[in-house]
Amino acid sequence: MGRGPLWRWMDERVGLADLEKLAHKKQVPVHRHRLWYYFGGMTLFLFGIQVVTGILLLLYYRPSAEEAYESVQFLMAEVQFGWLIRSLHAWSANLMILALFVHLFSVLLLKAYRRPREMTWFSGVGLFGIALAFGFTGYLLPWNELAYFATKVGTEITGAVPVVGHFTLRLLRGGDDVTGATLTRFYGIHVAVLPAIVTALLGLHLYLVQKHGMSVPPSVESAGGPRRTMPFVPDFLLRDIVGWLSALALLAALAAFFPAELGRKADPFAPAPIGIKPEWYFMFTFQTLKYLPAKILGIDGEVVGIVAFGLGGLFLLVLPLLDRRAARGESSRLFTGIGIGIIVYVVVLTYLGYTANPTK
Amino acid sequence: MEPTRRGFVNWLLSTSAGAFVLSVVYPVSRYLVPPPAGESTAASVTIALKPDEVKPNTGQIFKFGSRPGILVRTAAGDLRAFSAVCTHLNCTVQYRPDLGEIWCACHNGHFDLNGHNVAGPPPRPLEPYVVNVRGNQIVVSKGA
Repeated sequence: MGRGPLWRWMDERVGLADLEKLAHKKQVPVHRHRLWYYFGGMTLFLFGIQVVTGILLLLYYRPSAEEAYESVQFLMAEVQFGWLIRSLHAWSANLMILALFVHLFSVLLLKAYRRPREMTWFSGVGLFGIALAFGFTGYLLPWNELAYFATKVGTEITGAVPVVGHFTLRLLRGGDDVTGATLTRFYGIHVAVLPAIVTALLGLHLYLVQKHGMSVPPSVESAGGPRRTMPFVPDFLLRDIVGWLSALALLAALAAFFPAELGRKADPFAPAPIGIKPEWYFMFTFQTLKYLPAKILGIDGEVVGIVAFGLGGLFLLVLPLLDRRAARGESSRLFTGIGIGIIVYVVVLTYLGYTANPTK
Repeated sequence: MEPTRRGFVNWLLSTSAGAFVLSVVYPVSRYLVPPPAGESTAASVTIALKPDEVKPNTGQIFKFGSRPGILVRTAAGDLRAFSAVCTHLNCTVQYRPDLGEIWCACHNGHFDLNGHNVAGPPPRPLEPYVVNVRGNQIVVSKGA
């Protein structure tokens, strides 16, 4: 091959030729459901934006109850393009969770979790949980009114979990109440603990995707016919990049036209503001808690709700072990129905959360 | 089984490894648990408001130690005080003059002016406090 001396020098030391061979070996199946293959890569791209903008925000942010709000205010008002970096971080977080939802549910409905990709699914559900934890901890950091009460409610929810609840609540809050100690703790979790876990879990997830290749849906598999594929490099990657650039353009537009707001500084001695809402991806749980009565069969309503959501999460995690039909490569209508049911529930409750009168 | 030298070495290694892990995990886990905060023992608090500054059919949040309380003057003119911490999920409640009720904005919980949970998700009444007007001062104290 006609390569320059630098390439040969590097190849001898790093093994570039092996890497190149590996990259060219990867094939992506081509069929009518192939659109859904792009959402994992989209999530990864938006995560990359989060890492870069997050590091930039670190340079000005101060994690204490006395300084956090003021440092974000300074960043938004004084620092050149500070508003842009913070708005990109906030919007990209939202788009990332959205892409993640699409990725998760498309994998669920196309039964890509079936043998031998159960571990890929487990690591993916773990990453989903980490993404929600990123959202929850990051929401508090500007130390504004909305964040303060969202964190009070969110951590109180963990306190309602039977047996370990109170211990977990104190562990999360760094004390009995949401205070500056909570802010410092959430900061540490947001910028160090979660990134470390993501690095490990995402590494495993991506390794497994390389190892098993893309899953072909059972409906396509059973239809038979010739298997069409396209090479990952460059065909699929270039299509990925088209998507990423479009996302970047959308992100820039959202950040410029709808910059992230700051609101009022958190005040532990002010009532919760009217119309208080969590981030949209927690809206369906929030709305459910509003509808639950005070007591269900003698148990506090919120405890029932929280245990139910916990079991729901556990069900999602162990789905590949329950769906025996998909594991055998047969169609499993039941689990398709459950998947669609979850999507409908989340969409309807989210819609109600934004339209129901908050003061009634 | 006959004790062997290999068996002894394995036992020694695994107990040492176990002891090592414990000696790391124990201090770290204790470190993560925050020390207990000195719970505010104040049994009563004098509010920085004069009785005639609290108009009928209004409510005010005040500091009771490290927690918020709510002082309400009913339309009939009575002064009442409760813990302002919602019994549902810990938000701070407010007075709704349009309903004549104490209300939590977080999950739409309603309490009447005796602190009883009358609508929405709250499972228990608000903790009531005792209000005493001494001359020009309002003193709120925890019930006996």
